[in-house]
Amino acid sequence: MGSIFNLQQIINGIQIGSIYALISIGYTLVYGIIQLINFAHGDFYMVGAYAAYFAVMFSAARKEHPNVLIVLLISMTAGAIVAFLSNRIAYRPLRYKPRLSALITAIGVSMFLEYTSSAIPAIGPSYRAFPQSALIPEHTYKIGHAILSNYQIVNVSVAVVLMVVLTYIVQYTRIGMAMRASAQDKDAARLMGIDIEYIIDFTFIIGGALAGAAGLLTGITYPRINPYMGIIPGLKAFIAAVLGGIGSVPGAMLGSYILGFSEVFGMAINSILGEGIAYAILILVLIFLPQGLLGKKTGEKV
Amino acid sequence: MKRRKTFAVLVSLLLVVALFGTVLTGCSSKTANNNGGSAQKTESKPILIGGVAPVTGPAATYGKSTKQGYEMALEEWNAKGGVLGRKVKLVFEDDKADPTEAANAFSKLINDNHVVAIVGSVTSSCSLAGAPIAQRAGVPMITPTSTNPKVTQVGDYIFRACFIDPFQGTVAAKFVFNNLKARKAGVIYDIGQDYNTGLAEFFKKEFESLGGKIVAYEGYPDGTTDFNTQLTKIIDAKPDVIYSPNYYNDDGLIAKQARTLGFTGPIVGGDGWDSPDLFKIGGDAVNNCYFTNHFSKDSKDPKVQAFVKKYTEKYGEAPDALAALGYDAMNIMLTAIQNAGSTDGAKIKDALKNIDYQGVTGHIKFDKDRNPVKSAVIIKIENGKQTYVTTINP
Repeated sequence: MGSIFNLQQIINGIQIGSIYALISIGYTLVYGIIQLINFAHGDFYMVGAYAAYFAVMFSAARKEHPNVLIVLLISMTAGAIVAFLSNRIAYRPLRYKPRLSALITAIGVSMFLEYTSSAIPAIGPSYRAFPQSALIPEHTYKIGHAILSNYQIVNVSVAVVLMVVLTYIVQYTRIGMAMRASAQDKDAARLMGIDIEYIIDFTFIIGGALAGAAGLLTGITYPRINPYMGIIPGLKAFIAAVLGGIGSVPGAMLGSYILGFSEVFGMAINSILGEGIAYAILILVLIFLPQGLLGKKTGEKV
Repeated sequence: MKRRKTFAVLVSLLLVVALFGTVLTGCSSKTANNNGGSAQKTESKPILIGGVAPVTGPAATYGKSTKQGYEMALEEWNAKGGVLGRKVKLVFEDDKADPTEAANAFSKLINDNHVVAIVGSVTSSCSLAGAPIAQRAGVPMITPTSTNPKVTQVGDYIFRACFIDPFQGTVAAKFVFNNLKARKAGVIYDIGQDYNTGLAEFFKKEFESLGGKIVAYEGYPDGTTDFNTQLTKIIDAKPDVIYSPNYYNDDGLIAKQARTLGFTGPIVGGDGWDSPDLFKIGGDAVNNCYFTNHFSKDSKDPKVQAFVKKYTEKYGEAPDALAALGYDAMNIMLTAIQNAGSTDGAKIKDALKNIDYQGVTGHIKFDKDRNPVKSAVIIKIENGKQTYVTTINP
């Protein structure tokens, strides 16, 4: 049992949880405003990873040392642009159509991004090695028998900072108030003079930028990217968001860490059944708390 | 209206004539062929060997190497005077790594070109598509590189030049136990792939029968990027080596995460490691790692050295495992035809069964399932380079 519940496995759980948190925060934000399960969110994250990849390769080709903050900005911008365009081109015309149409469109956008990227020769369908050490070299720290890397510290701190910033924006700013108002009642919000479409654009831009940042951080942590890299983390992040109560930013964070820990401990108990154990926990939570851990008790089904 | 009718009648008449025509010519070409087989005249004609490989499409680099291997073997035979006193000629078809194209290629080679034997194809799915066609027509076939065990199970005319997947697990276990002197091993493998699970199982079986102990046997689902949980468990069990029989993009990450978690011992894998991208993903972490492979251009065997030299001069690049297997497969087939003393399919098949051939990828004899019993090479990775370590016999 020593190798199942030890400090190293706790660190592993935090690590996986942070990656899920970075993606699920954006997921939950978009859902909170327009009740759209944006399946393409995982692909915005892929776009962010590739933007970072090309930025680092570009500066490596010019024999310069890439600046981490500039690369982060590039990833976030790329994610934001793709999210903004997806909203304007694919989701906006369906705004007042049945919700199922928007959901199917989201799956379509997701596949479009995946297959188009793999068809572009510069990206291609196969794995590419992310130039991890050119950006941030890895350092490890020993805590007792456990080992902690600087990537893990970066991931956790970025996830926490983003959660705090977003909670602040949503709860304490004018635009945040407009976002919450639009989430509650679109028609009433419009009558109050809120430009709903502007708010939705803004939400997508924030969500896309977060996904882009997550793409960069995953690229650094797991230096291997391909056009389909967003599918599984996207699904897991969606599950984490539902677990935490979809629409709630702190809930997404909490859900991500719970999912991360469940997976790690499930895998540690039995690596073949691991995923099954993790999702059994998810099912149990949703049986007793169908609105998720921190979700609003509205009785609305996800 | 009337005009149309006459037109329709004319067309149908034409169709009938055309149909009869094809039937007649089909018959006549068949009889001609039957006569040709026994006639004295054709003896001077070249013997046609079908070659199939994907030189375009997703496996294009595999196909190119393999085809160059075929051609080089053929040229050497022709330079020595050919087979059975006749020249040999390659009729090549590209299957684009697509099973449908492969089935068409096999049909075309057998029915239109009347080849006496087929060497190909490269990917297992294409060989599986072509093998039933060759089996039905009684045309012997040897695949240079398809490792899936099902390929030769199609029938008694189907052979292969490479070892099957699980065999690598056995070889790796022998190497780890005897050469690296490891007594405790941890295994990490993708549970979603036949290749990986096959290698892992056979490694475990052989390592335990040699007297070693598997201290951890951990799987992961397809598409995993974080292997820390499994690796933590493995490393806590203090293994001497970690066996990771996966594809290079996973192996690179596994090696990296294992090194971060403080594992310094060797990590061992199979031919899935053979890619330049392994270094790009794994970096320094893949130092002190080993893998089993079909062929190493650095082997000290004079036959291998001669092959590498000649191939490099001819094509301007060093041969990879696929080129070597293509070369061996073609040589095996031509040797069998020579030994059979005939171009009759059944006789070639019997000669193949009894073949004893020393190739560049090892000494080859076939077992009862027409899979070769042959040696594997061990390659060590050090400072971003592959170096030949040793050859392990079965």
